[in-house]
Amino acid sequence: MKLLTHNMLSSNFVKGVTKGFPLKIMASKIEEKEVDFNPEFISRMIAKLDWPALYTAAGDIKKAEGLPETITENYESNEDFLKIAHNLLLQVEIIEGDLICPETGRKFPITNGIPNMLLHEDEVTGDK
Amino acid sequence: MASSGRPEHQAPPEIFYNDDEARKYSSNSRMMEIQQQLSERALELLALPEDKPCFILDVGCGSGLSGECLTEEGHVWIGIDISSSMLDVAVDREVEGDLILGDMGYGMPFRPGTFDGVISISALQWLCNADKKYHQPHKRLFKFFSTLYASLSRGAKAVFQLYPENSAQLELITCQAMKAGFTGGLVVDYPNSTKAKKMFLCLFTSGGNCTLPKGLGTDVSDDQVAYSDKRLTFGKLKGKSAKKSRDWIIEKKERRRRQGRDTRPDSKYTGRKRKPRF
Ligand SMILES: C[S@@+](CC[C@H](N)C(=O)[O-])C[C@H]1O[C@@H](n2cnc3c(N)ncnc32)[C@H](O)[C@@H]1O
Repeated sequence: MKLLTHNMLSSNFVKGVTKGFPLKIMASKIEEKEVDFNPEFISRMIAKLDWPALYTAAGDIKKAEGLPETITENYESNEDFLKIAHNLLLQVEIIEGDLICPETGRKFPITNGIPNMLLHEDEVTGDK
Repeated sequence: MASSGRPEHQAPPEIFYNDDEARKYSSNSRMMEIQQQLSERALELLALPEDKPCFILDVGCGSGLSGECLTEEGHVWIGIDISSSMLDVAVDREVEGDLILGDMGYGMPFRPGTFDGVISISALQWLCNADKKYHQPHKRLFKFFSTLYASLSRGAKAVFQLYPENSAQLELITCQAMKAGFTGGLVVDYPNSTKAKKMFLCLFTSGGNCTLPKGLGTDVSDDQVAYSDKRLTFGKLKGKSAKKSRDWIIEKKERRRRQGRDTRPDSKYTGRKRKPRF
């Protein structure tokens, strides 16, 4: 799971959860994979991101070094900044660990890089 | 018996798409080709803005064949699927998209306004089945569509290639989609051919261009929803223009260069058929 995905992922579909964001990350295995750098895409995503959540997530997995706490001004033309964001959003991958719902503490395990968002019957909203 | 061969009648999806079935998605070239063709057509119907790298959701992404078409066009994607065997094939394939194990009938686990578009290939009809005692298809469909709508950015579209079992199923699906706020409708390619006929449910959110594209191989604008309840098998999509031709490849490479991506130079071999290798 990439941090870009994490920044969009929410447990708001679980019964009784209102915002479900951001999920806390507990990682036991992290890898980095090379991904083509696409500054236009990264710029577009930065506009959509919840930056504080990215900053916290980076801290959770000890990758916050060099990351500014707030978005740099005029980031579209700041290649250094975009490269840091690119690496963090698309190249860092959590292979094993857990995502934890901020409201209920419910754990969603990550195995082989894939978060398991399947629910038990009693967690499904209005489906009985 | 028209429907006894339908996979949806054999087992729930997480069981039907086991390791054996999933393996076909990396070994059966005919099946792979069909998935690719359907994905390319869905992407064409999605009509994303030219030359803008988008963030796309692939619902029922399976082994990632559909996702690879997105990658080829320069988009970044997340895929969600209920079958871990299928997702394992996607991991083996080293797809560039990120993968999530989830059931679309539980709702989409995303923040509002996340995606620029959605594609889904041969997956939606699965939601019409009640595979667990507490499943109610209309509720699962509504939950899926309403949470999907919320996860889309303004004006974004969703295109589902699907195999509805009969017209009642199709009506159930579209009715829940409309209830969730989508507009749009069905595009039928080659409606008069039992082999080539394909259905795409094109859904729009408000704030975008809402004209329904025309189906291929038809001149009638309101494509009639007349189809047998057989699972349609099909050969090559006929009449479709020069995808994978030399011109098409050169245009695509040009687009990639403009996006600043690594692209091989054009040569006299570009777009040539390779000899089969053994
Ligand atoms: C025909 S396959 C699509 C394959 C995919 N497009 C690919 O490129 O490999 C249909 C997929 O839908 C998935 N599916 C079926 N029901 C689902 C559900 N309720 N939630 C999520 N995925 C589902 C299946 O697991 C299967 O992988």
